[in-house]
Amino acid sequence: MLSYASGRLMSLVLTTLAASAVVFVLMQVLPGDPAAVMLGVNAQPDTLLALQKQLGLDRPLWIRYLTWIGSFVIGDFGTSYTYSVPVGELIAPRVMVTLPLALMAMTLSVAVAIPVGVFAASRRGRVGDVASMGVAQIGVAVPNFWLGLLLILFFALKLGWFPASGFGGWENGLWPGLRSLILPAVALALPLAAILSRVTRSSVIETLSEDFVRTARAKGLTRTAALWRHAVPNALIPVVTIIGLQFSFLLAGTIIIENVFNLPGLGRLVFQSIAQRDLITVQSLVTLLAASVIAVNFLVDLAYGFIDPRLAQGGER
Amino acid sequence: MKRILLAAMTTTALLASAGAGFSKDTLTVGEVLEPPGLDPTAGAASAIRRVTYSNIYEGLVRIDGQGNLKPGLAESWTTSPDELTYTFKLRQNVKFHDGTPFDCAIVKFSYDRATAPDSTNAQKGLFEPIAKTECPDPSTAVVTLKRPTSTFLFGMGWGDAVMMAPGSAATNKTKPVGTGAFRFKRWVQGDRVELERNPDYWGTPAKLAGVTFRFISDPSAAAAAVLAGDIDAFPEFPAPELLERFKADNRLQVEVGTTAGKVVFVLNNARKPFDDVKVRRALAHAIDRKALVDAISSGYGALIGSHYTPVDPGYLDLNSVYPYDVAKAKALLAEAGVKPGTVMTIVLPPPAYSRRGGEIIAGMLSQVGLQVNLVPMEFAQWLDQVFKRSDYETTIIGHTEARDLDIYARDTYYFNYQNPEYKALYKAYTEAKDETQRIELLGKLQRKLSDDEPNVFLYALPKIGVWDKKVQGLWKNLPIPANDLTAASWAN
Repeated sequence: MLSYASGRLMSLVLTTLAASAVVFVLMQVLPGDPAAVMLGVNAQPDTLLALQKQLGLDRPLWIRYLTWIGSFVIGDFGTSYTYSVPVGELIAPRVMVTLPLALMAMTLSVAVAIPVGVFAASRRGRVGDVASMGVAQIGVAVPNFWLGLLLILFFALKLGWFPASGFGGWENGLWPGLRSLILPAVALALPLAAILSRVTRSSVIETLSEDFVRTARAKGLTRTAALWRHAVPNALIPVVTIIGLQFSFLLAGTIIIENVFNLPGLGRLVFQSIAQRDLITVQSLVTLLAASVIAVNFLVDLAYGFIDPRLAQGGER
Repeated sequence: MKRILLAAMTTTALLASAGAGFSKDTLTVGEVLEPPGLDPTAGAASAIRRVTYSNIYEGLVRIDGQGNLKPGLAESWTTSPDELTYTFKLRQNVKFHDGTPFDCAIVKFSYDRATAPDSTNAQKGLFEPIAKTECPDPSTAVVTLKRPTSTFLFGMGWGDAVMMAPGSAATNKTKPVGTGAFRFKRWVQGDRVELERNPDYWGTPAKLAGVTFRFISDPSAAAAAVLAGDIDAFPEFPAPELLERFKADNRLQVEVGTTAGKVVFVLNNARKPFDDVKVRRALAHAIDRKALVDAISSGYGALIGSHYTPVDPGYLDLNSVYPYDVAKAKALLAEAGVKPGTVMTIVLPPPAYSRRGGEIIAGMLSQVGLQVNLVPMEFAQWLDQVFKRSDYETTIIGHTEARDLDIYARDTYYFNYQNPEYKALYKAYTEAKDETQRIELLGKLQRKLSDDEPNVFLYALPKIGVWDKKVQGLWKNLPIPANDLTAASWAN
C-alpha cells in the first residue's frame, strides 16, 4: 500500500510541474501585453516601457519562469500585476468561497445521486426507475448557468429566501455565508447528480447480475440486504471514478456559476485575471487548480485501494 | 427553527424595502467592472475613476456633472497674457486622510511624478506641455507651460491629475489616501470597495456616512441585485434591453443621460480601399445609424457626425451629412473601383455595442455589395493587434476619453489618419487665446472630421442609470468617467 501511495505521489509532483510549464508557455503565447491593458488607449510608448520594466516583463522568458516556479514551490506566488498585492493574499479569501461551494455541491450531488441511482437499479424497468431516470435525463441536459438563473428568479426574487447575488461573508457569521452559497451549490450539484445517478444505476444493475449476488440471495439474504451489503459496495469503483472526474468539472463550473451569482471566488478571479492579462495571477492560480485536480485523482487512486484491496497489492491496475 | 429564520428574513426584507422608521445614510452602488487598483495615476481603467474620482482624490480643478470646470484644491487661478503661466491659489487647511498637509510641495510632487521618465501615468500626454512647477510660497503654485495649450486646464481636472502625497503615492493602488470627502475603509477584492465619510473634510461634508461599491459583471445578476434591493443605485447599467422592467417597478427611477464616449466604426486609413475618402463616405451612407442604435441599445444614445458628443462644448450637429442612402453608397463604391463581393474584415472586441453592432453593420454592408468577415477578439488581444500594431482592416470600439480630438492629430495612431490640414487646425485650437476663437476652431475640427470621415462615427454612449427613487444627487450625464457621490443623499 505504501509503495503504491508513494508512486502515485511522485507522479502527482511531476504532473503538477509539467502543468506549470504548459500554463506558463500558454500565457506567454497568448497575445496581449499586461502593461498595455493597464495603460489603455492613450498610453505613450515611453510610459509602456517604464511599466514593463517596473513589472519585470523586460527580462528573458526562461528567467521569468525559473524565478516564478522557484518561489511558487516555497509558497510565494508573486505579486499581482493589476491589484499590486501578493497573489497568495488574493487567493486565500477566495478559497474560502470556492472550497465550501465545491464541497457543498459535491456532498449534495453524492447525497442525491447514490440513493436515487440504487433505488432506480432496484426497481429496474418499473415506474420508479423510469420516472427518476427521466428526471435525471433532464438534469443532464440542463446547463448549470441557466438553472442558476431560474433558481435566482424563483427563490431570490419571488420568494426572497436567498440573496440574488453576492456573498454574505463569513465574518458576519456562518449563516449569511452559507445562505449565499446554497443556490449556487444547488445549481452546480443537480447536473452532476443527474450524471452520477445514471452511472450508479447502471453499475449497480451490472453487479446485481453477478454470481456472488445470486449466491448471497441463495444463502437466504433478503433482496435489500443483498443489495446494500454485496451489490452496492462492489458497484462503487465506477462511481468513485466519476466523482473524481466530476471534481474538475466542478472547478470549471464554478467559473460560470460564480459569475452568475457574483461570488468572489477563485473562478471569478481566474476569469478576471485572464481578461486583464494579470499573467502572474493566472499562472499561479491555474497551476494550483491543476494541482488540486491531480491531488483529487490521487485520492481517488487511494480510494480504489481501499475499495478493492487487490489493486493496492498489485500496485498497478 | 426554520420558521423563525423565515420570519426573521421576511422582516428584514420588509424593513429594507420600506425603509421604515430610520433614515438611511449609506449607499450601495453597483458597478460592472472592478477597478484594477485604486490609483488613477497608474492605470487607464475607467473603473478606477468611477470609485475614486472626487470621492477619495481631488485635483487642483474638478469637472462637474455638466462638464464644467470648477475650483478643486485650487480656490482660484490666473493665466498670464501669453497663456504660458498658470498661477493657482491653493486652499488652506486641507489635509490628506492620513494627516499630511496639502500645500504647493504636493502639487509639485504630483505633476513632477506624472512627467518623470519612469512615470506610468496612462495620460502622460496631458502633462507633456508642462515645463516646470514652482512654489513661490506654500499656498501658491505656478505652472509654466512650454507652449500655449487651451486644453491644459480641462486635462488637470481628469482623474489622472489628482493630488497625491509623497508618503502615500506608492501604496495608493491598494490603500488610497487623498483629500476627498470620503476616505477609504476597505476593499474586499472581487466583491466590493467600502468608503466612509471624511470627518475632517475641508469643504461641505458628504451627506452619506458610507458608500459601498459592489462589482457585478453579469447583466442578469446585476438586474436581479437591483430588483431585489441589494443595490441602491446602478449609475451605468450594462443592459439597456432590461430597462423596461425597471421602469415598471415604481420603487425605481431610470435616468438616461449621455457620456463623452463615442462608438466609432474605425477604418484603417493606411489599408486599401479605406485610404480612399469615397469608400469611407460610402460606408457612412451604407449604415443606418438610427436602426443600429435601436438594435444595440434599445434606441438610447445620441447619433453623432464626428468624434464629438452633445455634452462637449462647441458641439455641432453633423448628423445629416451622410444620410442612410444605399444607392449613393453603391455609386460611391463603384466610383472608387470597389467591386461588389469585395471581402472586408471587422474586428470585434467584447463590449455588446461592438459584438452586436458588428453583426448589424455586416448586414447593412451586404446591402451595398460588401462581404464582411466578423472576427471576435478579446480586449487584451485587440490592444495588441489592432491598437498597438495597427494590423486590421476595420473595428468597432468606444473611445471614452472626453474631448479627445487630438487623437486625429497624432503622427502615429492606430487608424492612421494623416491630414496636415487637420493637424494645423488642431494646433491653432490648442493655441487659441479666447473662447470665441476656440469654439470656432472646435466647429472647424468637427467639420473637417465629418468631411474626411476617417472613421464612421456612430453614436454617443448613453449613460443609463437606475436607482432607488429616494436617492438624490447622482449625475445624469457623464462628461468624464466618474461617480461623484459627494452630493448624494437619501430623501426623507
